[in-house]
Amino acid sequence: MNITVNGKLHKVTACNLADLLLQLKYSGKVATALNENFVAAHDRDKTELRDGDRVEIVTPMEGG
Amino acid sequence: MPKFYGRELSSRLMLGTSQYPSPTILRSAFLASNASVATVSLRREANDGKGNPFWDIVRELNVHVLPNTAGCHSVKEAITTAHMAREVFETNWIKLEVIGDTDSLQPDIFGLVEAARILSEDGFQVFPYCTEDLVAAEKLLSAGCEVLMPWGAPIGSGMGLNNEYGLKTLRARYPEIPMVIDAGIGLPSHATRAMELGFDAILLNTAVAKAGDPEKMALAISHAITAGHMALKAEPMEPRDMASPSTPVIGQAFLS
Repeated sequence: MNITVNGKLHKVTACNLADLLLQLKYSGKVATALNENFVAAHDRDKTELRDGDRVEIVTPMEGG
Repeated sequence: MPKFYGRELSSRLMLGTSQYPSPTILRSAFLASNASVATVSLRREANDGKGNPFWDIVRELNVHVLPNTAGCHSVKEAITTAHMAREVFETNWIKLEVIGDTDSLQPDIFGLVEAARILSEDGFQVFPYCTEDLVAAEKLLSAGCEVLMPWGAPIGSGMGLNNEYGLKTLRARYPEIPMVIDAGIGLPSHATRAMELGFDAILLNTAVAKAGDPEKMALAISHAITAGHMALKAEPMEPRDMASPSTPVIGQAFLS
């Protein structure tokens, strides 16, 4: 299945968002959005992925 | 000290965490500034899932964290970013930016009010990056904001307080609302002036981060804020158009 993660295309076997984070080895503190909608951490394992989905994974960054 | 959404701060400076020459200088500038709030953002993970070391530094500073929605140009983007920020930073505080103009980074007031209402209803404590516009301020307060953050000048410009009349008018219209001058401060004197006008705090980043010596500038800004606020409390004299001798005229020797 093709999933775009942070603008880059990935071929993944993960069937939900929690699995995707594991497969891509995200271990730090992150927040997620699927197709431009926020997905809370506790909902990631219930959030199924479909071919062509767009996932954003963000983390703390410097800001003004 | 000012209270924002019931939280009393230990200083009147909110300092950004971006653009410093190094994490070490970020830390030393923060310590010198005595800032009580650090602004932060969210960006795409670019460190192989290991996080960003800057976040460890900010946590060690033991200051309040104010996440922003910088770079958002739509209500939807800002709201999604706010939700992500609340989860990551574990705070209901959000510095709400909905940018309407790419060159001036002027806020889109219509989108800002809409986003502020939606987020306030969802339990966020919104710090709206706005202008000195009185009508926008009224609408933001009606939308649930309990703080206003008018710009001094465009973000990163360092021009100071571009519309002092407008800022004074805003301050006078809502004397009980905590207000932060956010953006445009370039020099300690700008920060002093904002304090003299009665604003409760300053939020800045570039003025310190892009100074040749960020630590020294942070200290200068800190002193400037203290000076300006102290001057306000000291009830300054009224300026006048004509000269008035300060040395007594009576008793002057007749020498001409």
